[in-house]
Amino acid sequence: MRVFQRTIAGIKFGILSPEQIREMSVAKIVTPDTYDEDGYPIEGGLMDPKLGVVDPGLRCKTCGARAGECPGHFGRIELARPVIHVGYAKHIARILKIICRECSRIKLPQEKIDEFRKRIKNARKIGKDEEVIIDELYNQAKQVKVCPHCGAEQGEIKFEKPTTYLENGRKLTPSDVRERLEKITDEDAEALGFDVEVARPEYMVLTVLPVPPVTVRPSIILESGERSEDDLTHKLVDIIRINQRLQENIEAGAPQIIIEDLWELLQYHVTTYFNNEVAGIPPARHRSGRPLKTLAQRLKGKEGRFRGNLSGKRVNFSARTVISPDPNISINEVGVPIEVARELTVPVRVTPYNIDYLRKLVKNGAHKYPGANYVERPDGSKIRLDKAKSVEKALKELDVGYIVHRHLQDGDIVLFNRQPSLHRMSIMAHEVRVMPGKTFRLNLCVCPPYNADFDGDEMNLHAIQGEEARAEARMLMRVQDQILSPRFGGPIIGGIHDHISGAYLFTKKETKFRREEALQLLYIAKMYDEIKKLLKEKSEDGYYTGKQIFSLILPEDLNLRYKAKVCKKCETCLEEDCPYDAFVVIKNGKLIKGVMDEKSFGAFAGELLDRIVKDYGTDKAREFLDKITRLVIAFISKRGFTTGIDDEDLPEEAKQRINEILTKAEEEVQNVIEMYEQGLLEPLPGRTLEETLEMRIMQILSEARDKSGQIANEYLEKIEERGKLNGARIMAISGARGSLLNLTQMAACVGQQSVRGERIKRGYSGRTLPHFKKGDIGAKAKGFVKSSYKSGLSPTEFFFHAMGGREGLVDTAVRTSQSGYMQRRLINALQDLKVEYDNTVRDARYVIVAFKHGEDGADPARTDWGKTVNVKKVIEKVISKRG
Amino acid sequence: MGKRKVDISKHELVPEHIVLSEEEANELLKKLNITKSQLPKILASDPMVKKIKAKPGDIIKIVRRSPTAGVYYYYRVVISEK
Repeated sequence: MRVFQRTIAGIKFGILSPEQIREMSVAKIVTPDTYDEDGYPIEGGLMDPKLGVVDPGLRCKTCGARAGECPGHFGRIELARPVIHVGYAKHIARILKIICRECSRIKLPQEKIDEFRKRIKNARKIGKDEEVIIDELYNQAKQVKVCPHCGAEQGEIKFEKPTTYLENGRKLTPSDVRERLEKITDEDAEALGFDVEVARPEYMVLTVLPVPPVTVRPSIILESGERSEDDLTHKLVDIIRINQRLQENIEAGAPQIIIEDLWELLQYHVTTYFNNEVAGIPPARHRSGRPLKTLAQRLKGKEGRFRGNLSGKRVNFSARTVISPDPNISINEVGVPIEVARELTVPVRVTPYNIDYLRKLVKNGAHKYPGANYVERPDGSKIRLDKAKSVEKALKELDVGYIVHRHLQDGDIVLFNRQPSLHRMSIMAHEVRVMPGKTFRLNLCVCPPYNADFDGDEMNLHAIQGEEARAEARMLMRVQDQILSPRFGGPIIGGIHDHISGAYLFTKKETKFRREEALQLLYIAKMYDEIKKLLKEKSEDGYYTGKQIFSLILPEDLNLRYKAKVCKKCETCLEEDCPYDAFVVIKNGKLIKGVMDEKSFGAFAGELLDRIVKDYGTDKAREFLDKITRLVIAFISKRGFTTGIDDEDLPEEAKQRINEILTKAEEEVQNVIEMYEQGLLEPLPGRTLEETLEMRIMQILSEARDKSGQIANEYLEKIEERGKLNGARIMAISGARGSLLNLTQMAACVGQQSVRGERIKRGYSGRTLPHFKKGDIGAKAKGFVKSSYKSGLSPTEFFFHAMGGREGLVDTAVRTSQSGYMQRRLINALQDLKVEYDNTVRDARYVIVAFKHGEDGADPARTDWGKTVNVKKVIEKVISKRG
Repeated sequence: MGKRKVDISKHELVPEHIVLSEEEANELLKKLNITKSQLPKILASDPMVKKIKAKPGDIIKIVRRSPTAGVYYYYRVVISEK
């Protein structure tokens, strides 16, 4: 095949002239009827066979091509009277206002016109916006009352939407308008921004209407055998009908009023044909009452031609279903229901080496898994393998060079996606694991990048069809290659929830296992190599510690020190000697000190995981994550883990102390208010007295809440030390779920409720609720919730809480829509930017935007949390090598 | 404000601007393998361009302080307004 290559030098837009419309037209459409009684299209009707073919088997009367090959041909309607094109109505109004009513010259002296012409020409040459210059001309010419060329007095032109023009209160017919536009000289038109080669002003008033080919407006045949026409056809029928009546009336010499009425009706139909959402006129409706979808509606908006069919389209080889978790598959895998695997196919070319294997698949056919759905011949024709007969035929034919579209099988690579696709980790490549059930199964560690949970979320899966795409997906898009986020240079994939609390309990000092227990855990976690390793290790009086077992998964030469999430941030850190076991020390692949928690392998935070990916590669990291999560899940399932309201039980003593603190805070607030009332309060710099008072009160109350939270935590800790498991607290401190603030609110005190960052002040005049005295600005009256969620809120507290809660809900709703739009615009602006091989960032024209990406040329995903060089890491590496 | 003129180049937020000599400019273009039209632009009416008396077609080197890389050089070509 010969290939011709041409570069597009430019695109020019113009307006179709009546001559052009007639020239490209193959048929003059005159009758509003489409088909005769026998169901054959009428010549001169809207379905004229010259306009192209849609029915298979027939040949086009114009070009002779079959349906599908014939692109369709335009026809035309000769309008009995001209009508305004709505799309240009505003533009026409502007021109009418600046040209003379008599001579159609621009109402400016000749020199001025010449000057504007020159400026527009110039602007066009250097690619500057000419609109500004035309605006200037418009502003200068619209005020002129007497024409400088012929001296005619000028009337006042008013534009009434959508298509009416008034001169001194008298209606101008489209014929009048067209006449004026026709008289504009070519030179003047240029000054108005027209390129007269392709667009004369009078082209904006239609005398001939192009009729789009039938391929643009195909009729559908309903099940009942009835034909249902496209909206555009309906609209064109209306136009022809009125046009015909108008023509007849004019020829019969009907009174002016009747003609004008029909003319206006014609204008209405032509207007709605172009755009059925024009302001000021009722939209044309279908018999059923649904507004018609005309030309502008086909293009506009999210579902329009541009956004819906050109920028984005529907695809084949994709599946969508509900997702559910499976901790036993690798993070790289996705569980695919057999039903889906039977429907999605992968094309495989037949070679001498795989022909026997593929023959088996073809023999199984479309219904038996694993089989194949199609056999494609070298000429591109396909045999569908859904019937025994066709399978037989395909089997007989099958030869080298054929392509078998076989079912999706284990190990195939597919793309997996969850909307909204906000970052590149929203689409990742997974390996298929076909399994029973009707949901897609995914490993829990990949929930964070997809932002998925299992409350009914659905996800999409795309079967890759080409070798290049398959290679790219495998090399670049696999889940394990996306562990490090380019957003902050740390892992975005990692343990969540039970993984974290499990690991925390597993690696705590007290956790020990008998040999049998340890082996059982490792077996459940499928860590067979580690079993051998463990058996070689010494046990302490028959027990293996959690840390010891955990160490089995660590690379043997790993050295690492960091502060765990459970760290209490003491003033002087004792490092290895931390009494809370919060300082992690890993020496030569052995976990010596410290517990594993969110900071070890949690998503967004895992230091240990981060080090493994960066120093040992993604294969090791995937293996680590798969094993560690299976291990701790096995452990925590066996051990048991729960939470309940009794996790927030506090001893009487604690409750008293909390109450004391809160009461004292309330008194203190009262004191400050008194000081304020007596004028003793000193305003803070840059604040009014009232603002100062509010700030003081907020500060006192938030301190009180924090303090009560601390007390609650203190007692909960004490209880735990006595050996009672407190799930809620473990989750909070290890970073598995929830925070200490959540605990505080449940056990001690909910705290100040706020609307717009202030204490609650709206409601009745001078007070928030009728339960309080007017002018009361104490803690209680302004939304301080002293109770805890567990003890329950008083009615007023509950109301304030609902106010604050409502604001939160509204905020999130508003934020998502706003940030969504912001992201769309950002992406539109940045989509062509690319880092070139010389490290410069360039746009689609290769114009440089940045000389070095990020000013340091670093890939953020390969940095240590954004830092190009991690000095601490380098030093530690050197020291550990020496020691 | 009256007559008192402020030297904007002394302001802490204004980075250093240097006009490149012909040779330096050619060297830069060669190194980046581009023509002048592919460089970022700066208007001749920019106060700093006026101050260092650069003319349209000149290339300006801007020495910026960068939080990630310490010093970062940016190059812009001066263009006339019309």
